[in-house]
Amino acid sequence: MAKYIIKRILVSIPLIIVTILIVFLLLQVVPGNPIAVMMGEKANPEVIAKVTEEMGLNDPLPKRFFDYLVNLVHGDLGSSYKLNRPIAGLIADAFPNTLKLAITSAIVAWIIGIPAGIVSAIKKDTLLDRFLMGFSLVGISLPVFWAAMLLQYIFGYSLGILPISGYATAKHMILPAFVLGWASSGTIARLTRSSLLGIMKNDYIRTARAKGIGETLVVVKHGLKNAMIPVVTMMAMQFASLLSGAVLTETVFGIGGIGVLMVSAINARDMPLLQGSVIFSTMIIILGNMVADLLYSVLDPKIKEQ
Amino acid sequence: MLFNNKKRNEAVDILADRIVAGFSPAQDRPKGTDWIPKRATEPIRIEEASEALIAPSETIKDQLASMFKNNKVALVSAIVIVVFIIGTLFAPLFAPCDPYVQDLGNRLAAPSIHHLLGTDNYGRDILSRMMYGGRVSLLVGIVPTCIYMAIGTILGLIAGYCGGIVDSIIMRVADVFMAFPSMLLAILISYTLGAGMLTIFCALSFVSWGGTARVVRSEVLSLKEKEYVEAANSIGVKTWVILLKHILPNCVPTLIVLFTMNVPGNILTESGLSFLGIGAQPPSTSWGLLVFQMKKYLSKSPIATLAPGIAILILVVAFNFLGDALRDKLDPQLKD
Repeated sequence: MAKYIIKRILVSIPLIIVTILIVFLLLQVVPGNPIAVMMGEKANPEVIAKVTEEMGLNDPLPKRFFDYLVNLVHGDLGSSYKLNRPIAGLIADAFPNTLKLAITSAIVAWIIGIPAGIVSAIKKDTLLDRFLMGFSLVGISLPVFWAAMLLQYIFGYSLGILPISGYATAKHMILPAFVLGWASSGTIARLTRSSLLGIMKNDYIRTARAKGIGETLVVVKHGLKNAMIPVVTMMAMQFASLLSGAVLTETVFGIGGIGVLMVSAINARDMPLLQGSVIFSTMIIILGNMVADLLYSVLDPKIKEQ
Repeated sequence: MLFNNKKRNEAVDILADRIVAGFSPAQDRPKGTDWIPKRATEPIRIEEASEALIAPSETIKDQLASMFKNNKVALVSAIVIVVFIIGTLFAPLFAPCDPYVQDLGNRLAAPSIHHLLGTDNYGRDILSRMMYGGRVSLLVGIVPTCIYMAIGTILGLIAGYCGGIVDSIIMRVADVFMAFPSMLLAILISYTLGAGMLTIFCALSFVSWGGTARVVRSEVLSLKEKEYVEAANSIGVKTWVILLKHILPNCVPTLIVLFTMNVPGNILTESGLSFLGIGAQPPSTSWGLLVFQMKKYLSKSPIATLAPGIAILILVVAFNFLGDALRDKLDPQLKD
């Protein structure tokens, strides 16, 4: 087991480095000097040259990449051009908001998704099953920004019960959590259903039924235990992707999280900030996938032997 | 060619029964009067059976026909998609107004006979703009999906068939691309290339091929063990001919399913990027961009603002329902 965990962690390291390299290259191949692009046409050429030199942008590409990696290991992501602040600090400021949004929407997704999947599986091919699976499919198909605005209109403008944007109080968290939670619940519900249906075909379930245990107990005690393994893995991966910043939801509701940080970096053509925030996000996703894999191996003893 | 295994197995069974009956001693033959006459009256069944053995029985076309016959949701979804395609493709014929003509005296008008969904902040007809904007959404949904699925299919074929180091390299690169959410990569590319349709095309075409490659690879791994591939190999058929003629056609059902399930993701990503202002650029339009433009006027004209989003939702739901139905029919193993 320990061997598997170590192996899985070691596999992630080159993946992280290559990902950083791709982000780095994508942003460095931009034609023209990023400082000049950001400062605009009116900027003094001497100032541009000086800043370019200070930022180390005249160094050869491999050296710059290596320097960046070394700084990254030390937690230094460079400074934002526009805001003139360390990027690590900006991310640290934005992350709590993203974290709050991720946790609340994940909880909504689980509360909707898991029961919906279980009920659908038990009542397979009934009207209830069709309704729940239809609801899940709409969730998957939801353009998040649109759903967000719809809820803003209904609960904010028409009924006036909930705030439209900002992220100060618990009340502010309700709409964003519901939008993102509904959108994420579809995947969970569908996976729970198909996984549970697959498990219920097994012989040991038939044995349990033959022993005369009630159907509910069979599902809860024997079925769910195994059916939830892939679902928990999916939940971990989904949580990681929520943590990496829900760009659209954050934008609509004006939540100052990682996603909004990225969009503002694009609009300001603030290359280091964009680079830093995107690398931060992808690292969270890679780490999240790693945790999901490890979780899977802990939960499912069959994996360990391979 | 695609064989329907069930029919084929039945055919084999019937033939085997006949052969066994023919050779078995008289006392083991089925009781009663009929075995010789039965055999004589049923040669057609045997012929049918042997025909089923040599001829392709149920083609994809037949399978699709039976799916649409039995599954009303799939049928309705397909009709919705076709209506959307026709409506946007022939937008100049159907659109009630010119989508670019501004009527500043008629800004943010409520829905009326002239403007069924109202007008935008420049007095342009929302419905007409939606019909033109749908072209972008559909185009971006479909074309990049074709491109990355072609890339994924080619790489998956190579990885699966060659195996070894080639396989490892291709699949590791696929892993890297799969670790990237397409939204993030699109944001990065939009910094490099600038906002616009080209960006969206690049971002959506070259990012998501990893999933396709993985599925095709696993198909190839099982297909290359089949006797007919071994046979082709042993008589010296070139590798690329085997891949194109014997292996690729057997991946087609899976690819159709994957395509239908991938298109909605691209439509959603495009609309999201356009909503952020880094997708389609004015004066051209897309559904996401329409919502973006009208965002400020949500409280004033909710119908005009939210209508384009409903179009996205309906189209994506239709694609997802159709994808589910196709998967159940053509490739149930894809389920997880």
